[in-house]
Amino acid sequence: MSHIRVPTPLRPYTEGQGKLEVEAGTVGEALLELTTKFPSIGPHLYNEDGELRPYVNLFVNDQDVRTLDGEQTPIKEDDTLMILPSIAGGTI
Amino acid sequence: MTFTVPGPVMDEINGHGEKSYPEEGAGLILGLSEGEHREARQVLPMPNHFDSHKRGRRYRLDPQEILQAEERAEQLGLEVIGVFHSHPDHPSAPSQTDLDWAVPWYVYLITSIEKGAASETRAWRMLEDHSRMVEEILEIKDGDG
Repeated sequence: MSHIRVPTPLRPYTEGQGKLEVEAGTVGEALLELTTKFPSIGPHLYNEDGELRPYVNLFVNDQDVRTLDGEQTPIKEDDTLMILPSIAGGTI
Repeated sequence: MTFTVPGPVMDEINGHGEKSYPEEGAGLILGLSEGEHREARQVLPMPNHFDSHKRGRRYRLDPQEILQAEERAEQLGLEVIGVFHSHPDHPSAPSQTDLDWAVPWYVYLITSIEKGAASETRAWRMLEDHSRMVEEILEIKDGDG
């Protein structure tokens, strides 16, 4: 089993759960399992074209998947896929 | 929704904004949420990772540091419940950039820093449909209790 860690803003869509178990071989498969189980989280991860929203960061353990193989990045037993929001803003 | 911030925590938020002036200062707020009420317990001032020549008008937190904050919150039995940042010489209302990047559910505290001194803090939250940010009731609690 691998795990997905869900940040607080998305926990209302996972019945309050912050850590979920998944059986998946890649990041994409894990996200598919997550959105199949909790469909209401989908629009917060993906845009209308099915692309990951820019403010969604994905880490496998402590590595950003953008520096690996994106959604094709493999995840192994006991790995944790972390979903993290981008946090930014400005004065003007 | 009501957002309660203990006085010493608000002092820390103001202090980080003043110390960061004329750049924007930012960080995460750890606390508890229950229904329509959230309460800050501590803040984690964090480095502004935006390009150095634009930090007077922009801020960005590092995802790795957000991850560390999430882990720290969990160890403390708390949650990351919001974000604070300063607006140097600008009002404490969300800018278009704030609107573009705001994540629903989080509370965003914006502190106006006028000529280096914190002048006003207001609390905002992005609606679920990402259409706009609404102001929340900000309650400053004296002492640490």
